[in-house]
Amino acid sequence: MSVSRRKFVQLSALASASLLVPKFLKAFEYNPMPTAWSSEKVLVIIQLSGGNDGLNTIIPYRNDIYYKSRPKLAIDRATALALNDEAGIHPALQQIKALYDEGHVSILNGVGYPRPDRSHFRSMDIWQTGSRADELLTTGWIGRYLDENCTNCDSHNTRAIEVDDTLSLAMKGQGRSALAVSDVDKFYKAASDPFFKKMAATHAEAHENQLADYLYKTLHETVSSADYVFQQSKVYQTTQTYPDSALGKRMKMIGSLINAHADTKVYYVAHGSFDTHVGQMQRQEQLFKDLDHSIAALVADLKQNNRFSDVLIMTFSEFGRRVAQNASNGTDHGTANNMFMISGALKKAGLYNPLSDLTDLDEGDLRYQLDFKQVYATILDNWLAASSRNILNRKYDLLGFI
Amino acid sequence: MELRDRNKLLYGRAGFGVSLGDDTQPRPIGDLVPGMFPGQQPDPLSVVTEAEWAEVMPRKEMDPQARKEKRTEMRQQLGELNLRWLNEMVTTPYPLLEKTSLFWHGHFACRIDNPYFQQRLLQDIRSNALGNFGDLLKAVSKSPAMLSFLNNQQNRKQHPNENFAREVMELFTLGRGHYSEDDIKEAARAFTGWGFDTNGSFIFRERAHDTGQKKLLGKKGNFTGDDVLDILLEQKQAATFITQKLYRYFVSDTRIDEGRVNELAKYFYHQDYDIGKLLARLFTEDWFYDEKNIGAKIKSPVELIVGYLRTVPLRFTNEKTPLQLQRILGQMLFAPPNVAGWPGGKSWIDSSSLVIRMRLPEALLGSKEINLQLKMLDTELADTSEKMEIHTTQFNLARAHPDWSNYVNYWKQQPLQTLPEALADYLLPVRLPGEKLEALKQFADKDTPEEYIKSLTILLMELPEYQLC
Repeated sequence: MSVSRRKFVQLSALASASLLVPKFLKAFEYNPMPTAWSSEKVLVIIQLSGGNDGLNTIIPYRNDIYYKSRPKLAIDRATALALNDEAGIHPALQQIKALYDEGHVSILNGVGYPRPDRSHFRSMDIWQTGSRADELLTTGWIGRYLDENCTNCDSHNTRAIEVDDTLSLAMKGQGRSALAVSDVDKFYKAASDPFFKKMAATHAEAHENQLADYLYKTLHETVSSADYVFQQSKVYQTTQTYPDSALGKRMKMIGSLINAHADTKVYYVAHGSFDTHVGQMQRQEQLFKDLDHSIAALVADLKQNNRFSDVLIMTFSEFGRRVAQNASNGTDHGTANNMFMISGALKKAGLYNPLSDLTDLDEGDLRYQLDFKQVYATILDNWLAASSRNILNRKYDLLGFI
Repeated sequence: MELRDRNKLLYGRAGFGVSLGDDTQPRPIGDLVPGMFPGQQPDPLSVVTEAEWAEVMPRKEMDPQARKEKRTEMRQQLGELNLRWLNEMVTTPYPLLEKTSLFWHGHFACRIDNPYFQQRLLQDIRSNALGNFGDLLKAVSKSPAMLSFLNNQQNRKQHPNENFAREVMELFTLGRGHYSEDDIKEAARAFTGWGFDTNGSFIFRERAHDTGQKKLLGKKGNFTGDDVLDILLEQKQAATFITQKLYRYFVSDTRIDEGRVNELAKYFYHQDYDIGKLLARLFTEDWFYDEKNIGAKIKSPVELIVGYLRTVPLRFTNEKTPLQLQRILGQMLFAPPNVAGWPGGKSWIDSSSLVIRMRLPEALLGSKEINLQLKMLDTELADTSEKMEIHTTQFNLARAHPDWSNYVNYWKQQPLQTLPEALADYLLPVRLPGEKLEALKQFADKDTPEEYIKSLTILLMELPEYQLC
């Protein structure tokens, strides 16, 4: 069965979204120079889903406890890539190591929160909402950043983009949410369906129904956002080679939008799964290779266009893993973990703080040294020029990496 | 409001929408409402018997491989339970029971992957959903599902764990701001010793129970857990809190009329927390049928999916497709986001979920391909660790097989000129303005009357208005 809307496709390709602004939204016409967004700083968040094993990421290779706790899983000193006398980095992270040597990587150790939760979904919620362990928030930290700072973005909705088909909680705010796009061309095609466009254009604020108006406003925003992202994605063609993996393709899209100077401030992408209860060695290595090559390609792309100092790449995971390995050559859910900050504009590169103390464990797990909300606060205040106090609902001590 | 519109609103709110033929003979609300309540207890939805469960339960002495297999089996059973309940929502002669159970399923949110415990909790909910709230509260609070989800097995005299007591007060009965931190500490002491045995039966472990005196909400005594629940039910705030939530669920996402809520809450309290009586009164109130309540709710993903399936029966080549639909739309039964359940309302909609909702009807009913990436769930994460490929899950809806026969035969009797209007009236909660109706006709396939019916239906289901009820 065919709906005859397909006959309209060619016709609609001529009419860009901006020609079809519904009557009731005329007031919100896109302002090309919004003042609140004049800074060019961009944040790229890479979520390592499933709980990455931080102890085999940054390896305490002078520590006997580490080797005793992990007879089959420990990475020996000769294999790890040396960062300093105490610590090495996983051998699959070669290019990140090279960036580290250039002074473009800051490694935060022992990042976590009080009363850690070892359930994937709960701990991921805590990280994504920026809440305390005993607090339930229904909005994400980037979503609240949009609520707070996106008073000027009514006509399209591209200040934060998650490169995926659906949105993570981190990206949902009270009044505003990020855009989810995994493939620009496909998304453009779907959102510019002539029937959707026609309906969006036909909707007049005739009803008293505020929910219908809300849905049509969202529809219109989506159509113009798809249009905007599509146009921006054609501005710049990269000459860098990104890995032909899911992550590689997503990072390539991020690179092309940043280099096109799209108005997006935050990009979000997930990589995984790092839930290595069984056979950890091979899996983590494979995921890291992909991560390493994807980050390296993005950084090269940014450097080539003098944008590396405008971009901060941040990695996080919902928790680290237990210090001791399990019986299946894997590791189980743990607590505090390390985070990478990668940028051409770091204030403090290298190991930001000491490695976690393996002699002072909490029932076999690392104690946290830095609250992850301090990291968020630092990025919000010092990178995105926002107010962490409003977005995180309290004041946190800032860190000095940017 | 006309009687036909009143009927439509009632079917939309007290159930999952109008069925074919429902709207031909409108009936007075007073006649309709009593018939919505089932006269007897619902049959349990069962995917695993207690004996089978004892076989399936992973045990400590098993090797990792065997435990993993057991976990996979458990996940399959939980999926089956999900599909059973979804099917019940589609086929039941008593949609009100399932609709109200869906409310309690979010109110008493519980995310554990044990299918047997979840099955028991669902039965506790369905058999009390329209009964007495006190009975429901007690059954849920003593269910192995909730006791394990809220860690009350670890709540012992020497080491009280406050999680259970906190959620009972904050989420189940009073709401934030109507108790103190001391009340939680004292209630937690009263709940010490509540737990369950290996079969999932409730047990009271006397030796773990703190028998001392407790002070709770202005009362003093050697309270047990049962006493705490009774004291909570004595609070008028419990009736107000529950009534407010029910109002938001059945009446409006956006406008809460405090006066109406208080009136109803008083009635609920004086009727000894009889949920059925409260709902019967709500649905027969004249103000329930105010124009401003039309389209004042956004359908949750489960309501949306049930609505699709009730309109045109669908068979899926992959029977798990409805589970994937729930995930991609953001509401998976038995997997609420956290203890507070699904926030609902506008939070169901963002730009991507709206576009997905608008594309689904053509994929489901028009066999158009749609490929989407699913996010990983924690329960699956553990499972993928052995597979070495980088994990991405795609799902494809091209293999849905709609059975249009009844639907098309019914609408064939409608004259073609009035068909668009009649279908719009049948499928949408709000009246479609003429301009949109005209646009709709332009896009519809007019080759045959049958194609016209189908394509108009699909287009109407894609509309933002279809997301409302």
